[in-house]
Amino acid sequence: MSTAKPTAIVVGGGLGGLWATLRLVEAGISVDLFALFEVKRSHSACAQGGINAVLDTKGQGDTVWQHIVDTIKGGAYLADQPPIKTMCEEAPGLIRTFERMGVTFSRTPEGLLDLRLFGGVKYKRTVFAGASTGQQLLYGVDEQVRRYEDQGLVRKHEWWEMLSLVLDGDGRCRGITALDLRSLQVESFSADAVILATGGLGLVFGKSTNSSNSTGAAASRAYQQGAWFMNGEFIQYHPTGMIGDDKLRLMSEASRGEGARIWTPRRAGDPRDPRSIPEDERFYFLEEWYPAYGNTVPRDVASRAIWKVVKHLGLGVRGEDRVYLDLTHLPADFVRRRLGAILEIYETFTGADPTETPMEIFPAPHYSMGGLWIDWEQDPATGGMKHGSPRNHQTSIPGLFACGECDGGYHGANRLGANSLLSASFSGRVAGESAAAYISGRSRAGRPDLEGVLGAEQRRQDEINRALLASDGPENPFALHRELGQIMTDKVGVERDNRSLDEALTGLADLQERSRRLGLDDRGPWANASLPYARQVQDMIVLARVIAAGARQRDECRGSHHKPEFEMEIPAGKFPGDPEFEEYVVRWKENNERWLKATVAQHTPEGPAVDFRPVDTSVLPPETPRDYR
Amino acid sequence: MADTIRFRIRRQDHPDSGPYWQEFAIPYRREHNVVSALLAIRENPVTIDGERVAPPVWDSNCMEEVCGSCSLRVNGRARQACSALVDTLEQPIVLEPMLTFPVVRDLLVDRSAMFDNLRRVKAWIDIDGSWDIHTGAPRISPQEWDLNYALSRCMTCGCCMDACPHFGLDRDFIGPAPLAQVLLMNSHPTGKYSRADRLHAIMSDGGLTDCSSAQNCVRVCPKHVPLTAAIGKLGRQTTAQLLRDIFGG
Repeated sequence: MSTAKPTAIVVGGGLGGLWATLRLVEAGISVDLFALFEVKRSHSACAQGGINAVLDTKGQGDTVWQHIVDTIKGGAYLADQPPIKTMCEEAPGLIRTFERMGVTFSRTPEGLLDLRLFGGVKYKRTVFAGASTGQQLLYGVDEQVRRYEDQGLVRKHEWWEMLSLVLDGDGRCRGITALDLRSLQVESFSADAVILATGGLGLVFGKSTNSSNSTGAAASRAYQQGAWFMNGEFIQYHPTGMIGDDKLRLMSEASRGEGARIWTPRRAGDPRDPRSIPEDERFYFLEEWYPAYGNTVPRDVASRAIWKVVKHLGLGVRGEDRVYLDLTHLPADFVRRRLGAILEIYETFTGADPTETPMEIFPAPHYSMGGLWIDWEQDPATGGMKHGSPRNHQTSIPGLFACGECDGGYHGANRLGANSLLSASFSGRVAGESAAAYISGRSRAGRPDLEGVLGAEQRRQDEINRALLASDGPENPFALHRELGQIMTDKVGVERDNRSLDEALTGLADLQERSRRLGLDDRGPWANASLPYARQVQDMIVLARVIAAGARQRDECRGSHHKPEFEMEIPAGKFPGDPEFEEYVVRWKENNERWLKATVAQHTPEGPAVDFRPVDTSVLPPETPRDYR
Repeated sequence: MADTIRFRIRRQDHPDSGPYWQEFAIPYRREHNVVSALLAIRENPVTIDGERVAPPVWDSNCMEEVCGSCSLRVNGRARQACSALVDTLEQPIVLEPMLTFPVVRDLLVDRSAMFDNLRRVKAWIDIDGSWDIHTGAPRISPQEWDLNYALSRCMTCGCCMDACPHFGLDRDFIGPAPLAQVLLMNSHPTGKYSRADRLHAIMSDGGLTDCSSAQNCVRVCPKHVPLTAAIGKLGRQTTAQLLRDIFGG
């Protein structure tokens, strides 16, 4: 075994996992790539609007520094800043690489990459491919991975689910166990390093904008085996979710970037057709409250504004949980060309034409800023992240790396639109390089023997499956998942309060107890979808407790985490220089002293143990508050 | 019956076992699509005869017609189940797997042939490596982009393959979706450097000439990928390649 060529395991085949795979292969390490389904179907495909990179081709004087500032402030200063700096600096290079891979980015009349405006930003900085950018980026790296697969450098294990990590006697990650989703056989696989690129956890909220495989189960499993989970309480609600029974489909932020306006009738319960409501009887609340950014304020700000209009002012359309997202004032052919793919989604699922009728939207759980805690190393020469350091993207478990949405870096308390495709790609690239450095820097001699551990872990997982299949418990996993979603949506949502969070924590502990008494309708030995689902539900509940516990601990408002009881509003009508504003800044800094810290949860049998860790603010010290007015 | 939605589902426990049919009814909701209805059945898998059975197995992920997972035959035609709104369908809604692919279980099929064929036709751009070389690809006009983007939206869902009279379990035909990707790669300003390799791959057995222009593929494609137009263009490219092979140049 020690003479064999080095190998790595990558779990997850979205943008992050595929980028990591490419960089590992290019470092001479062969990759076993595990995914729940064909990697081309990963949730990255759902990202619509674009990917941020400063190309400054619109005559606006955009700068990389401004991208760094926007990302840091967009995240309410909660993310470590050196990795953000490096990500923004290297974004244009990633775009150039994607372009060479053949990604069909939208073009200007001169044949260059076109740019569009996105939220939380004043310049056009978002590169896009129609309105299916994530799909196109994913296909670009999917094709490159297929090229390496064709050369025998990548072995895909599609339709396999990671069940657990294999840790050696030193506590190092040396492999995984995985379930063949067809034969239901558990196998263990060894590797010199493991990268998790397992995506988001929207399914913890029941209905969300996420794909139905975005359960967070793999991250939860790593957490339960000792990996720290950071900033779990920071869940982005996307302001413009479509209202749906089975899923909250997304209406891209690109719509607002291209000029869509959000409004609601000024009169509560106004029954009129929106098109017949005169301009002065429409409440364009984002434009009124945030004139500087208007409809392109960041997502947390927009979601809270919609929440306020609907829940506190009672102005939802027809008295329901919804407001209008209106494109009808724009030329239909322009809208079709720029946003065609997402308009199709709206039309298909609602039957209404968004170029004719305003769309109806409401905030929906969308993205987890939090995730597995990851290390990084600073380069003293640049102040950014040090290239090729094996510490980059390594979790608290040595040998285990994380990238993409399942890691907790980059976005702090709120992610800017079109920064997710960037962070998924960049972090995947870095994690691949970092794992390669980790592998080449470690001697293979004298490592604890693995054979016994591999077998024991495989047997442990087999036993869990056998017990579940034999169990005759009263709890239906599907019903339990619905209850989980209800608790999280009702009590850990856009606005939070400690009484509801206490109820959530009690409810979740109870759910966890009940999730040990499942009964499955399917006990079959072949392609049984109920068994993996049941295990995912169990692991989702564990993660939900981390999210709720972090939210309970954090008595402040920061980005997506909002507790009205602790809100410190910028004095209305006051700006820098006004004494009231400066006094606010003093209070804001005092609050940062206490709360500008990352939440870090560690698993214990009793539930999550939450602690705080300092945030590196060496690039842009927190001197000026976020202000989008 | 208006207050229920009725389904007739083709079941198959194992690739090697025979099929059988079961019927289900769930409470009517206007918003239901085929996947959300399957989710409702899954939670309470009782047939109309009152028998509690194993829930049907199927594949789905994004639920917004962009991942390509949930292709099945709905009332006889392959399409994405997530965007098949029950209100637009005749009942009982008949669900079958795409039988041009091997059945894994129930509605779940094995589409690895499609991905194998993407390999077979070398559907990638041969780049030096996935690092920044400080220059992008050459310019692409908006007109070229229009065609490329239309081709690049293929999500490998397999509907076109299921509708194609020449693709199937015991046949070698590459099928419309991977063929269209050849045109996409050949259209890229640097991808065309490997044009000959890809064209040779579709000029051999199971290649382009197996297409009889039945036009079924383009009719069922949920993303309106111009499949038949692409195959037509590839016909001209392969002819030109053949001449180059014979006469050089």
